[in-house]
Amino acid sequence: MKILVCISHVPDTTSKINFTDSDTKFDTNGVQFVINPNDEFGLTRAMWFKEKQGATVHVVNVGGAETEPTLRKALAIGADEAIRINTPATDGFSVAKQLANVAKEGGYDLVIGGRESIDYNGGMVPGMVAKLIGANFVNTCIGLEVEGDKATAIREIDGGKETLKTSLPLVIGGQKGLVEESDLRIPNMRGIMQARTKPLNVKEPVDANAETNTVSFQKPAPKGAVKLVDSVDELVNLLHNEAKVI
Amino acid sequence: METETKNNELLRGGQFLVKETKAEDVFTPEDFSEEQKMMRDSVKEFVDREIWPKKEEFEHKNYALTEEVMRKAGEMGLLGVAVPEEYGGLGMGFVTTMLVCDYISGATGSVATAFGAHTGIGTLPITLYGTEEQKKKYVPKLATGEWFGAYALTEPSAGSDANSGKTKAVLSEDGKYYKISGQKMWISNSGFCHTMIVFARIEDDKYITGFIVENDPENGISMGEEEKKLGIHSSSTRQVFFSDTKVPVENMLGERGEGFKIAMNALNVGRIKLAAASLDAQRRVIANAVQYANERIQFNVPISSFGAIKLKLAEMATSAYVGESASYRAGKNIEDRIALRVKAGNSHQEAELKGVEEYAIECSILKVAVSEDIQNCSDEGIQIYGGMGYSADTPMESAWRDARIARIYEGTNEINRMLAVGMLVKKAMKGHVDLLNPAQAVAAELMGIPSFETPDFSELLSEEKAMIAKLKKVFLMVAGSAVQKYGTELEEHQQTLMAAADILIEIYMAESAILRTEKNAERFGEDSQKEQIAMSQLYLYHAVDIITVKAKEAILSFAEGDEQRAMLMGLKRFTKYQNMPNIGELRRTIAHKVISENNYPF
Ligand SMILES: Cc1cc2nc3c(=O)[nH]c(=O)nc-3n(C[C@H](O)[C@H](O)[C@H](O)COP(=O)(O)OP(=O)(O)OC[C@H]3O[C@@H](n4cnc5c(N)ncnc54)[C@H](O)[C@@H]3O)c2cc1C
Repeated sequence: MKILVCISHVPDTTSKINFTDSDTKFDTNGVQFVINPNDEFGLTRAMWFKEKQGATVHVVNVGGAETEPTLRKALAIGADEAIRINTPATDGFSVAKQLANVAKEGGYDLVIGGRESIDYNGGMVPGMVAKLIGANFVNTCIGLEVEGDKATAIREIDGGKETLKTSLPLVIGGQKGLVEESDLRIPNMRGIMQARTKPLNVKEPVDANAETNTVSFQKPAPKGAVKLVDSVDELVNLLHNEAKVI
Repeated sequence: METETKNNELLRGGQFLVKETKAEDVFTPEDFSEEQKMMRDSVKEFVDREIWPKKEEFEHKNYALTEEVMRKAGEMGLLGVAVPEEYGGLGMGFVTTMLVCDYISGATGSVATAFGAHTGIGTLPITLYGTEEQKKKYVPKLATGEWFGAYALTEPSAGSDANSGKTKAVLSEDGKYYKISGQKMWISNSGFCHTMIVFARIEDDKYITGFIVENDPENGISMGEEEKKLGIHSSSTRQVFFSDTKVPVENMLGERGEGFKIAMNALNVGRIKLAAASLDAQRRVIANAVQYANERIQFNVPISSFGAIKLKLAEMATSAYVGESASYRAGKNIEDRIALRVKAGNSHQEAELKGVEEYAIECSILKVAVSEDIQNCSDEGIQIYGGMGYSADTPMESAWRDARIARIYEGTNEINRMLAVGMLVKKAMKGHVDLLNPAQAVAAELMGIPSFETPDFSELLSEEKAMIAKLKKVFLMVAGSAVQKYGTELEEHQQTLMAAADILIEIYMAESAILRTEKNAERFGEDSQKEQIAMSQLYLYHAVDIITVKAKEAILSFAEGDEQRAMLMGLKRFTKYQNMPNIGELRRTIAHKVISENNYPF
């Protein structure tokens, strides 16, 4: 089985988020980047397929050279090969088009993406990739088994789970549940050393126009200071007159 | 992985004092390769997942937890970083070894000690002095964490005087094994170790001999109870008793009588690694302290807005920055020296041994400086937390208790201070470092008329570098006269030695920070180094003060009359700023960054 794991390079959840250029660009200054958590669950599941079923695992990212440490980390965790599509990730559609091209050329049986990336939270890429390459698609995937060309996927639905049978080629939008947090792997020293000699291929992008453009970003209003009240009466008064919620 | 070696005229150990080091020739933490950064991040993730969340458990004498973490560290490959590949390790360079040691040690002294005792003094003597058979037999197991190692040198009556041990090794009649009998004390990892490097005396030899001893209770080895300690509560420390323990002759480490040398050389590495092991502990204390200070409200404002708290945060960050600068500077010197020796045809083993020995002075300097920095840093950490800092529910009090041991083991800080100066004087006598001519030049300068020219200090850090050059003269003046006065009896004059050591330490630390900052300002732009410049200046300012006090102490105790007056005048001249820094402003600049980043951000 050939697996392609799509890896998004996203700011660490503890990063301070700021914008520049009149709130149209994300300010990457001083920001730590990590593998998108949803993708990391997928990558870890892919490692399981590699170790238990002899799958080959490639990872791909759409982005500039600054995203390479994230791909190297995926290699250190155990992926066999990495591909970087050398163009900035602009909107969901153009990214999906780049990924679909790689997925098609490489003849992958399984393409694992994340349910959404935790930076822009678009949540559209895996579905679009599936459509573009004509594969089956399961979103919010929390469990995956593959036997031959048949797959059993579990999907999270509101308040419960749904088990689906489908066949390869398949694209999933993965998330926690594919593996648990405690299964996530920290690259070990030997893995890091081996990552140095594994291929990281840079591919030039295919033509793909962004179909949407960012006009501006807005941060949520800062939280006000906490007010400590001494009596229930005062609390009721404040909730009524100041917060106007009762 | 050896980081690139640029300069071929690598300074020798101790030569920093008489030769100028160029900023571009120092290695800084900003020079880590992509791969080293990935390793650092992995170690941090490991600590954040496996150690930090269990911090409290480590305070309750959970020795099994330490063992478990060590085993996991073995699975991660962290125990074999420095071990050559042919013995199951990763064969990484010295800087990477320090980096791993730095970041694994930050969360609790219990793991720091277990890690240091195992990888440093527990494994290293075998990789450095072992025969091929010994290395093949023991090192792969130690490198992967299948086995754990300990190092048994200290005895009830032999601590700092390590060669005075009473443990005996007696050759059996058939000449096949030694029988070891005696008592060892304070042995880290003893509760769960598989091997021990044991030092014992054969007959009435002048020097002790090292042996690799497998821990087998059937073979006359028994352990005392776990010691009740101030800190590092989950680090196993016991007495170990040997009673006719049979050790095959092929387990002798190195030659007969070579044990003391082995013990000391293993400690050189142990010392610089102990400095590294005290760095991330500082970063974590600072990060916690600033987060607390930003959240704790008194008088309606976060306490981080108070000048008194800013002062502390600025000083804490400064000492961590300076410690990093000096530790990695020396670490890279060692790595480069090893590479040069390998190139010149030495075996890796020989090269590593000599490479580290070359910088034994720097190793002692760093051990003392950084172990005292983490002590001060955690002390101020407690103070920032106020009453909560005194509570075992916050991470400050254990950090403070754990820090305390670093000033005692791997040679007490007194012993290391004396060693630093003693080794330097010895190197001068052997002609390895020319102190004599520079010292004579300083003496002549004292007699001459001082220059009244106003130097041009418009270039970044140029006044600071000029100050470092002058502080080196202070050392040469004080130590030079002391050597002249006392000759070989200098050893007896410990107060002078302590003062000289402090001068030496301050020079090395201050210079390292200045060079790191200068190098980074050059390549990343001066604007990006605003706080680093401030930290370098702040540290230097304190260094000048300390050196003034220590030098004066020494001068007053060994010089009189005209000589004393001339030296005190010299001291004044050599510690004089042309433009005094505004200390309050420097601290505000540093604290502002720490507070707004809510972390140790350098
Ligand atoms: C928790 C812990 C773990 C340890 N782990 C190990 C281990 O794994 N293996 C091992 O072999 N040892 C270990 N040690 C022992 C440690 O290295 C010694 O405690 C240390 O070397 C000091 O020796 P001592 O305790 O006998 O003190 P002493 O040598 O009695 O020193 C007492 C005081 O006198 C000072 N002093 C001693 N001699 C001189 C001198 N010549 N001039 C001036 N001042 C002097 C010292 O600086 C100190 O302040 C450990 C100790 C502790 C507490």
